Amino acid sequence: MSVLNVGFVPLLDAAPIIIAAEMGFAAEEGLALNLKPAASWSLVRDMLAFGAVDAAHMLAPVPVASALALGGGANVSLSAGAVLSMNGTVIGVSEPTAMRMRDTGFGFDFADPIGAREALLAVAPKPLRLGVPFPFSMHYELVTYWLGAAGQDAVEIRTVPPSLMADAIANDEIDAFCVGEPWGSLVVEQTAGTLILPGTSIWSQAPEKVLAMRTDWGTENAGSRNALIRASVKAARWLGNPDSATIAAEILSASEFLDLPAEVLDRGLSGQLTISSRGENRRVGAFVSFFEGAANFPWRSQAEWIGAQLAARAGLDQTEARTAAASVFRSDWYRDAMEGTGLDVPGASSKIEGANAEAIPVASAFGRLSLMPNQFYDCRVFDPDQT
Amino acid sequence: MDKNLSIVVVEPDQDRAREIAEGLTVIGYRDILVIGDTAKLSSRVVAAQADVVLIDVANPSRDILEELAVVSDPLNRPVALFVDEDKEGLAKAAIESGISAYVVNGLSADRLRPVLDTAIARFNMVGRMRTELTQAKRALEERKVIDRAKGLLMKARGIDEEAAYALLRRTAMDQGRKVVDVAQALVTAADLLS
Repeated sequence: MSVLNVGFVPLLDAAPIIIAAEMGFAAEEGLALNLKPAASWSLVRDMLAFGAVDAAHMLAPVPVASALALGGGANVSLSAGAVLSMNGTVIGVSEPTAMRMRDTGFGFDFADPIGAREALLAVAPKPLRLGVPFPFSMHYELVTYWLGAAGQDAVEIRTVPPSLMADAIANDEIDAFCVGEPWGSLVVEQTAGTLILPGTSIWSQAPEKVLAMRTDWGTENAGSRNALIRASVKAARWLGNPDSATIAAEILSASEFLDLPAEVLDRGLSGQLTISSRGENRRVGAFVSFFEGAANFPWRSQAEWIGAQLAARAGLDQTEARTAAASVFRSDWYRDAMEGTGLDVPGASSKIEGANAEAIPVASAFGRLSLMPNQFYDCRVFDPDQT
Repeated sequence: MDKNLSIVVVEPDQDRAREIAEGLTVIGYRDILVIGDTAKLSSRVVAAQADVVLIDVANPSRDILEELAVVSDPLNRPVALFVDEDKEGLAKAAIESGISAYVVNGLSADRLRPVLDTAIARFNMVGRMRTELTQAKRALEERKVIDRAKGLLMKARGIDEEAAYALLRRTAMDQGRKVVDVAQALVTAADLLS
């Protein structure tokens, strides 16, 4: 049995790593996982960089930002061996903002990101103060992509750690936020805000968290690396079964993990969100995907999309940045890990992002893989072969 | 040793903040700013022209400091900890002891070392004092519960104090539990039944 230290930030989407340790998926792969919670993403990144942990639950853009030499991390190369989850985030606004949006006749339609944007920008103070958990996060990318040109000078994006989001909105430090569950539901529970959109309405297949490791560690410890990827993916498959939601919520609610009521965690897991303190509900299909549609496969094109956004903001060369970014998502490691497991893997390593409104079959090793609907709210596509 | 560093200590706990600031003053640092609440943290750190920011690793606001790294020149970007040149394991020692340092101006390890050493020592000292205090409080609480349980047994069974304690201890041993847990169960049950 080899012992691996794995870092995580207490969030719903740390589930694949926690479930791998708690439900025996790691043990089946000959691993004993020593899970280490961290209070911040920068801490997880540093713990990885100097070897305090071997792998970690990580925001998908963090290893990409490292590869582009952006951000405050040490100069250590990080790689993503698998995607742990797709989506699972919500956008919300403060109570006063929600009230003003209601007054304009906005119906809080979770499938209308353009209507929500117009209603928000029409009533929002200038600038609109919007909280996201980290400068290098899918939350940041999704809100800037959603607000687009309209947001460029009308919005001030601030970093607010997830656990402090409810306080920041209650104390009028921010007007709106994008955060991962369960922290959006906790804002609603504290009657501080109302949810206006799920992250899925902006990009239906946004890679949210990855299994990150030091590139040199992954290269030198291929056995442990592959075992950990397999354990995470098998845990993700278990999580992908709707019948697992109740038990998963119970396990995650334990004090050593999220230390929050199982009922609140269940909302994100089931996609049944309570969006306001008035008790309004929205059902979101595939609110968070742990497994369905090759969710765990680290597509090079996903990393390239992230790299392209980061490069555009930082003024880096697009072609160079996209090449560097693509090398971070290790579809080769993933394939290597799945060898002989019977789990299907796509034949390609890159795809056109945003190209399918419906689920589509995809060429794969066993020919029984389908991709989930993959669409941006504005129907644009991202083709990794075109610059 | 150069003592002209601008040091920001981000610490909501006033006792701990005072200890760290005092410790740094004692060894000769003069330019120390303590920030207790984290509103507008990054702009305040910039305004203080900090060379080093010290922050508890358990503080989620650490992520706010990442904003500093986004706006600055990539060649001179602040790093949380310099792993590359950290031969003595300074970074690891700091994080394991509960402090994380955010180095703003490409500061060398030599210049940071005394700051971190002092901060770590003071941080740990406050931690120890806290632990002692909680231990003492807990011992006191436990004593109260055991005393109440003894009283209940003495009254219900007409036995003396020594016999009541022996009974509690024997039950605890039989059930593989702590004396205080058995006492607590008894007190809770008695409260419910009364």
